[in-house]
Amino acid sequence: MRSSLNALIKREISVVLRSQSEFIYPLAFFLIVTSLFPLAVTPDPVQLAFLAPGVIWVAALLSILMSLNSFYQLDYEEGGLEQLLLAGVSGRDIVMAKSIANWLVTGLPLVIVAPLIGVLFDINWDANKIAMLSLFLGTPSLCLIGSIGMCLTLGLRNGGVLLTLLVLPLFIPVLIFGASAVQAAAIGTNFSGQLAILGALLVLSIMLAPFAGAAAMKIAID
Amino acid sequence: MWTWFYQLASPKWFYQFSTRLLPWFRWITGLLFLLGLALGLLFSQVDYQQGNTVRILYIHVPAAFMGMFAYVVMAITGAIGFVWRIKMAHIVSVSCASVGALFTLLALITGAVWGKPTWGTYWIWDARLTSFLILFFLYLGFMALHNAFDDKKTADRAAAVLAIVGLVNIPIIHFSVEWWNTLHQGATISKFEKPSMDADMLAALLVMLAAYQFYFLTALMQRVRAEILVREKLSGWVQKLVTGNNS
Repeated sequence: MRSSLNALIKREISVVLRSQSEFIYPLAFFLIVTSLFPLAVTPDPVQLAFLAPGVIWVAALLSILMSLNSFYQLDYEEGGLEQLLLAGVSGRDIVMAKSIANWLVTGLPLVIVAPLIGVLFDINWDANKIAMLSLFLGTPSLCLIGSIGMCLTLGLRNGGVLLTLLVLPLFIPVLIFGASAVQAAAIGTNFSGQLAILGALLVLSIMLAPFAGAAAMKIAID
Repeated sequence: MWTWFYQLASPKWFYQFSTRLLPWFRWITGLLFLLGLALGLLFSQVDYQQGNTVRILYIHVPAAFMGMFAYVVMAITGAIGFVWRIKMAHIVSVSCASVGALFTLLALITGAVWGKPTWGTYWIWDARLTSFLILFFLYLGFMALHNAFDDKKTADRAAAVLAIVGLVNIPIIHFSVEWWNTLHQGATISKFEKPSMDADMLAALLVMLAAYQFYFLTALMQRVRAEILVREKLSGWVQKLVTGNNS
């Protein structure tokens, strides 16, 4: 069973990597959106350092939201999903594999690039490390929660906008604890509580999101 | 008892049954509102700090309660419909959404109106206010998702999944928002400081709560009836009902 999950993950990653440059978009989006804030708000380093945790987290959340589509929509339209389900692969495994692949292709690069944004926003190294760590713990939850919304909107004409409406309220807990961990690190207070809750949210979404996603996927394919 | 329960799941039977019930519910709702508003606005005591502004409590608190209550009803009936594929449960679930969203909006608006004289501002990023705003977004998402599908059956099932996911998330969102706020600025205005409530204030509040509850049932019933007519428009009894009684 685990080997089937591995095979699924490999399939997802190779499908996305072969679709030319699409997987780069969310990362580019992340960089561009974050660099808009100094232009729009202020170039003052003190205020930028104050804004940084929120900006990094909101931008990361939106890039994950953007990346979901490339993992599901084409697969659904071309019938790949239906074939997988017909072949007896469980919906939960598909959602899990897609989320893992999604995180490896989109989430992990965000984690790696985040310190660069931190440097641009002039936050200290401690906060930068925690930004990486909180994104590392938080972005997988976002991929999993997002997959529920994605499965619900499969095959809808205006799915993209609707996806935002459905998923963003559910992202709020991760956003709150992710950003506040970075903030706490930046002012030098204890941040372990926030990271622990991010971890708990991750465990919870690993447990529950595949069920909901699979149920939603079956509705779309019926 | 059980046959009665089964019959409730038949749209036609529910429609006829509710036709007889509806006038009663309307009357009870109206009387309860009259009684509750009279108690609240005329006969209850004035708060020693807030003066007459405290009277908005009788509109605001029941609306907030019903906003949450309607979401729970929506999610549970959605789950029942999803698991046992009961048409009526889905109809009730979908009908809850707009009524519940209105309650939530009412709570937000009355809260803002109340906030201005007491807190000095219409809106504050307080934990309760924020989680209510998010609840409103959840309702909007539910309605938008249900409207996005052409096929009602698919729409019902998808919306039910979303409602259940939302129900699991509401406590998490609520606690995280609460935590976020206390972390940021300490409890400036934690929640509304309740002066341990006077007996006649409590009585007025409870009557208003009952009035809102009956209003919810009445409005829900009417929405359900309209939804039944739309969905069953091809069946014989609806066509007979619409085109005239005897033909």
